[in-house]
Amino acid sequence: MTAAISVRGAVKHYGALQALGGVDLDVAQGEFFALLGPNGAGKTTLISALAGLIRLSAGSIRVMGHDVVDDYREARRMVGVVPQELVFDPFFSVREVLRLQSGYFGLKRNDDWIDELLASLDLTKKADANMRQLSGGMKRRVLVAQALVHRPPVIVLDEPTAGVDVELRQGLWAFVRKLNEQGHTIVLTTHYLEEAQTLCNRIAMLKAGRIVALDNTVNLLRAVDGHTLRVRIAGDLPAGLNGAAPERDGEHWVFASDDYTVLLDRLVALRNAGAAITEFEVGRPDLEKVFVDVMRRAE
Amino acid sequence: MSGANLSGFKTLLYKELLRFWKVSLQTIGAPVLSTVLYLMIFSHVLDSHVTVYGAIEYTAFLVPGLVMMAVLQNAFANSSSSLIQSKITGNIVFVLLPPISYREFYAAYVLASVLRGVLVGFGVWLASLIFVFVAPKAPLWVLIFTLTGGAILGSLGVIAGIWAEKFDQLAGFQNFLIMPLTMLAGVFYSVHSLPVFWLRVSHFNPFFYMIDGFRYGFFGVSDVSPWLSLSIVSMFLAVLAALTLRMLASGYKLRG
Ligand SMILES: Nc1ncnc2c1ncn2[C@@H]1O[C@H](COP(=O)(O)OP(=O)(O)O)[C@@H](O)[C@H]1O
Ligand SMILES: [Mg+2]
Repeated sequence: MTAAISVRGAVKHYGALQALGGVDLDVAQGEFFALLGPNGAGKTTLISALAGLIRLSAGSIRVMGHDVVDDYREARRMVGVVPQELVFDPFFSVREVLRLQSGYFGLKRNDDWIDELLASLDLTKKADANMRQLSGGMKRRVLVAQALVHRPPVIVLDEPTAGVDVELRQGLWAFVRKLNEQGHTIVLTTHYLEEAQTLCNRIAMLKAGRIVALDNTVNLLRAVDGHTLRVRIAGDLPAGLNGAAPERDGEHWVFASDDYTVLLDRLVALRNAGAAITEFEVGRPDLEKVFVDVMRRAE
Repeated sequence: MSGANLSGFKTLLYKELLRFWKVSLQTIGAPVLSTVLYLMIFSHVLDSHVTVYGAIEYTAFLVPGLVMMAVLQNAFANSSSSLIQSKITGNIVFVLLPPISYREFYAAYVLASVLRGVLVGFGVWLASLIFVFVAPKAPLWVLIFTLTGGAILGSLGVIAGIWAEKFDQLAGFQNFLIMPLTMLAGVFYSVHSLPVFWLRVSHFNPFFYMIDGFRYGFFGVSDVSPWLSLSIVSMFLAVLAALTLRMLASGYKLRG
């Protein structure tokens, strides 16, 4: 099957600055994919190149098999992009904006789908309001609707939840998840790593224009850090814990293992050794740890 | 490669028309008013003293020049202000993301500019009827020079709107290039009334031919033959269109 997105040797220079340093990436159809990385890593640059908003200095990108430069018309029909910046056209109402966007994509009568989008994104009441009268969260949802007017198989969301309140974030993700279940390929960037962890099946981490980690979410979580047991003990750590050597983290001792039973044994050993446990906590691996680790190792 | 996106072009054209139509008091009303003020003041001061081409009253002579000036200035204002606003607010992405070719993009912006120019020009002519009745003797020439002149200024507006990064850069383009070229093109006088040196200089100004050809359409008299004007104006338009299209094809300042 054709890849939804296929990036080959993508390089982008802005003068002396290298925003992308040779990115290779394939996203399969139907994936829910996260592009993570610190500010300035090149996420938006990669998305812009994919959308034809900028031109690569070298390399190529295909969307559903269509080169974004040579076959830009087909490539652009295949992708809907929600831009990072909260942009809007103050001359028009929500419905006008969506009708115009449909027309740009060659769709003359699109009102049924527009109504459906408005309903799904909870914008029906605002359909005839001017864009200027909308709150930030509403403007963001209009951007999502605009990206979807032509029912693109590939949907790219660049930090769609930045500065959006919790309720709205959950609503938005429920909607995007539904689109994914219907077969749309989703690519997103976000600074909320727990969102990426729960939503995405595969993750690429970008740093200074290069991919520094690329794997299934499950593998990424497994590879770097296991489960942890954090304990707080009154007094010193007793000797003879079957050779286990926990790490000190402030007031706590931290045992790490991929296996819960090992951690349970440690807890039992501590108690048998007479340690006065005042607090303990078992932590699941989380993407934030993975992220911090990957970024540190990529120095 | 797939074929043309006619609907994309038409929608972009429609959007551009809607954009100025929604604020027509500013985009049509205001320029009509200011041109009418020119007409009122100049005609009041000069009408009894000056005739041009032998028998034409100064006020009558002034009308076609002012109409064409309005066409040109508003054609320029339309594409340039639309583009710079879209760039500065960032909503230009909405027309860059869809499958619209650079030729369709160009055609939509320029055609919208021409239509705004036509509307304002027509408004100025209508308003001028209060002062003097001047009807075109050769309407086809009027039409041809309106369309070519409007397209030239629409193209210049596209170039300026894409090149400028701030409003004052756009204002510079307008004040130091468009305004002088228009003012020195014989809107307010027949260039034959100029000293020989300035007469020669005028002949290097493409705007002179737009206005002179347009005026021929009204009076059947002009400083140079309308055919000469038409060939120079057409050539200028062809060169400018090629230049603008190349700029758009390269993605200059639009698709960094
Ligand atoms: N138009 C531009 N001109 C110059 N530098 C740019 C431009 N766009 C982005 N950059 C630079 O490219 C790098 C990557 O930026 P970006 O892709 O926006 O990062 P991210 O989206 O991951 O935060 C940054 O250093 C940024 O400053
Ligand atoms: Mg970004």
